[in-house]
Formats: sequence, structure tokens, C-alpha cells
Amino acid sequence: MTEEKYIISSCVISNSSVLKNNEIIFSCNDDDLHSFLISLYHFIKTEYPKFYKMDNLSKLGFLASEILIKDEETVKKYKPGEIGIVLTNANSSLDADEKYFQSVKEIASPALFVYTLPNIVIGEICIRNNFKGENSFFVFENFNAAFIQQYVRDLFGNNIVQLCICGWVDVLGENYKAALFLVSKNKAQNAVLFNEENLDRIFKTV
Amino acid sequence: MKDVFIISDNILSPLGNTSAENFSKLKDNISAVKQHNNPSIADEPFYASLFDAGMHFIHEDNTYTYTKFEQLLVASIQQALQKGDVDPADKKTLLIISTTKGNISLLETEQCNKALQKRIALTTSAKLVADHFHFINQPLIISNACISGLLGILTGMRLIKNNHYENVIVAGADVISKFILSGFQSFQALSKNICKPFDKDRDGINLGEAAATVILSSYKRTENDIKVVSGSVSNDANHISGPSRTGDELYQAINIAMKDAKLNSTDIDFISAHGTATMYNDEMEAKAIASAKLEAAPVNSLKGFYGHTLGAAGLIESIISIHSLQQNIVLPTKGFEEHGVSKSINVCTEIIHKPLQNFLKTASGFGGCNAAVIFSKQ
Repeated sequence: MTEEKYIISSCVISNSSVLKNNEIIFSCNDDDLHSFLISLYHFIKTEYPKFYKMDNLSKLGFLASEILIKDEETVKKYKPGEIGIVLTNANSSLDADEKYFQSVKEIASPALFVYTLPNIVIGEICIRNNFKGENSFFVFENFNAAFIQQYVRDLFGNNIVQLCICGWVDVLGENYKAALFLVSKNKAQNAVLFNEENLDRIFKTV
Repeated sequence: MKDVFIISDNILSPLGNTSAENFSKLKDNISAVKQHNNPSIADEPFYASLFDAGMHFIHEDNTYTYTKFEQLLVASIQQALQKGDVDPADKKTLLIISTTKGNISLLETEQCNKALQKRIALTTSAKLVADHFHFINQPLIISNACISGLLGILTGMRLIKNNHYENVIVAGADVISKFILSGFQSFQALSKNICKPFDKDRDGINLGEAAATVILSSYKRTENDIKVVSGSVSNDANHISGPSRTGDELYQAINIAMKDAKLNSTDIDFISAHGTATMYNDEMEAKAIASAKLEAAPVNSLKGFYGHTLGAAGLIESIISIHSLQQNIVLPTKGFEEHGVSKSINVCTEIIHKPLQNFLKTASGFGGCNAAVIFSKQ
């Protein structure tokens, strides 16, 4: 039997609410997604000017990752190459694609074009935290807990990662949802088993 | 862990409809990159490798339901399935689709609304392609910038090694339209001629369109089937649109792949590099190759033949290199004349005939991602 893995932290952002480890830490009824993301950025008191140039998908993923690993000392125990990120969503980078193509009608913007790939959000999280390990981005119609737990379990089992951020980050227009999970071999306080049932349960909390 | 073999492959490019045809064109030093003057894609003339306008890739009654992107995938998978006995409808068979932009060109001609968003969604294309072949497993879609194709092969290898599937069909494609061309243009990343990887006068990339497919299996069909031995992915954690200045992270991926394959630097007979012919990419790759002590291994980039085919690139370049391995021929780097990177790597300038056993394939992309995979003879 394979060794158990644990979800040692989770962050879900959806419906104007933010949950860390199943508890609401922030909610606000801003008019639009962009204002909501800016409000959340101010709320978590992070100083990271690069945040402002990100597209909404990267902003959402970045904020979720900041909340996910805040106060998680275990992150510092591993080498950059031992920490992996596996993300998924339904709409790839279509939100940024539409905005970029609007710019083409005037003058094509390289600052927008660079966000027309879904894995850029992984790059942003890696740059912020100096994570250099395994990274991949998959597209599914719906959150696929079965695949995520199988794939990430293999990454641990094959000794490819020692710590892994995985989950879902999706934005299209005003529709958005992020659900990130910090997965470890070591059980921490309040950790739950890394399995399909727990992934689905946490994903659906908001 | 069990071995993983490549039991069939296909390249569908402007150079030909089969891998054999493509390989033979490359041996004859024929490039698909040429100047195009197409106002629907760009105001100025540009160099790229493109299919003729209006081409159809599958000849069936329902082709109208498939976009060019989907037709390319279907045609390439169909061709690859002709060899071997893999049944898409088997529950032990999975389809992986690798692409960066899929149907994004629809944004250029259609009214943007919910229906269009659904039509552009990669899951819609994947479902159409999977249904065409009656796959019963939901296809896996990888969209990880320019490493997508190579990551598809690596993911397929892992899924087989970890006993989740017996056969994995990995198909990749991208179509060049105004969306993509204008983006690379806005970065001033496009070459004004056929690109010159690793050359001192290199001035950027060419773009290309193509599809390619490999079929991976847990058991070999012939003694010639090449093995996918090992691989690794890393992130530069440096910049979203510029590569690492040190090459340390690509080196990290190469190093892990070589260790897992239990190979030394002298065992790597050649390297199929990403070699986009941009200043920074080629310099970064040269540093990584030198860090891995692979300076002596012949290196080629195939971008001068195909341009950068994005989601198909890692697949096409792996397939050409697999045929190189089988035929004991290393192909040259088209466009390269004078050494133009800071490390003395061995850029291949003419066809080399010698016994080959293993090769290394690398790829890097936006978002700081790198991948390295090792392929070997049995």
C-alpha cells in the first residue's frame, strides 16, 4: 500500500469569499472581480508590486497561493527543486486571450500577450516563492479530484516532489474559482488525508 | 518500473503527412519555412511554416464540424493508429492532447459570446477528437506553453510506468493565426528570415503549424521500438517571458533525467535542443548543456526546418530524433553558421553517421518552464 499523503493547508476563493482551512477569512461584495482581487490583495497585506501587472487568472492564483502557504513553516524546509505545482482549470487563459485580442485591434500588447497561457500563473507563484520543481497545467471541464490525487500521489511516490501545491484556478469574465491544496508526506496539525473525497469536499465549500 | 516504448508515430506538417516523409525531407535539407504575405495574419510579409490556405486534412462527410486544429489532430492520430494494434476504446488506453492555443483563431472571425467561448474551450476540441476514435477514457489536455508536447510524452510515460494505462496516445497541434503571430511580433521575437539557432547573428524565431502523435505502450512490438526512459520538469522562478540567465533550472531537469536513466554525459549521443534562435533562449540552453558536461554531444535544433510549432514542437522534434536514433543519423541545425553562444557546445552542422544509443530532448517555454526527456534504443 502506498504511503498516505496529507492536505496540510487549503484555500478556496469563490463567490466573493475566501476560505483558509475551511474557515472564512475574508468576504466582500465588490462590484467586479478585479476590485475584489485588489481588495483581497490589500487585506492580506502583501507587498508585491508585480501583482498589479498580472492578469486576473494570475492575480487569483497568486492570492490563493499566498493565503495557502502563509505561516506554513514546512515550505522553508525543502529545496526549491523539491516543491512542485500542478494546476488545472476549464477555461485555460481565455479571459486573457480575449483581452489581448482586443489590444491587437489598436496595438498588440506584449504585456497582455504573455498572460495568454494558463501556466503563467504557475510561473508567477514560482517566481514569488523561488519554487523550481515539477510543474504542469492540465485543462478539464470540471474539477477532477480523481486525476489530481492520482497524479500528485505518483509525483510523491516517484520521489519527484517532496511538497506540492495542486488544485484549480479558473477565471472567465466575472466567473472565477480557485481551490488550492498544499500536500505533504508529513502529517501536520489539522491536516486531512489527501484523497478524492477530501479534495471534492473542500472544493465545494463555497 | 516497467519500460515504456514508442510503438508508432506521425508528423503532419507542411513537409509531409508521415514521419518517414518528414525525416527524408530533413535529410535532404528541405525547410518548410518560407516568406508569406497574408494580410489576414500580418500586415507585413513574414517567415513561417504554414499549410496552404483552405487545406482539408480529413476527408469525411462531417469535416465541417471540425476546425483546422481538430482536423490536424484527427488526421495525425489516424495516421499513427494505422501501425500497431492499439484500441482507443480499450479502458487501458488514454489520449493526451498537447496544445498552447487550440482554436484561438476563432476569436478573430467570430462574435465573442458564450457559445464561442464554449467552442474555443480545449475540452470541446478534445471531446470531438476523442469521440471520433471512440476513446472511452476522458482525454487529458496539457497546456503548458512551449513544453506542452514534450510534457505530454513525459506524462504519458509516467502514467504507464505507474500502471494506470497500458497505452497512451499523445497528440499535439497548434495553428498559426493573427493572434499568435501578432503576439510574438509584439515581443519583437520574430526573425526577419529563416531562423538561425545558436548562431551569432540569430535574430529570433519563426512560427510554424503542424500536428504530431506518438503512441506509447508498456510492451514493445518490434526490436526497433525506442524507449522513453526518463524525464524531468523544472521552473526557472525568474521571469514569465524571459529564460533563466544561468540555465541552472534546465540543467536541474537534464541532471535528474540523466540520473534516473543511469546515464553519464558520455552516454548521450546527441541532443535535440529547443533552439528557438532567440538571443536569450539559445544562450540559456548552451549554459545548461555545458553545466551537464554535454559540450561534446552534437546538438541540433529543428526550428530552421519547421519553425516553432508550439504545442506540437516537443513531439515533432522527439519523433525526428527517434528516427535519427533508429537510422544512426544525427541531423544538422539548419540556419546555423557561426557559433554565437557563450559556451562551446557542439552544434551539429552536417549529417553525422554513427552508431547511436541515447538522445536527450529539451524544451523551455514562457512561464519559466523547462523539460528534459531521455530516449534510448532497447
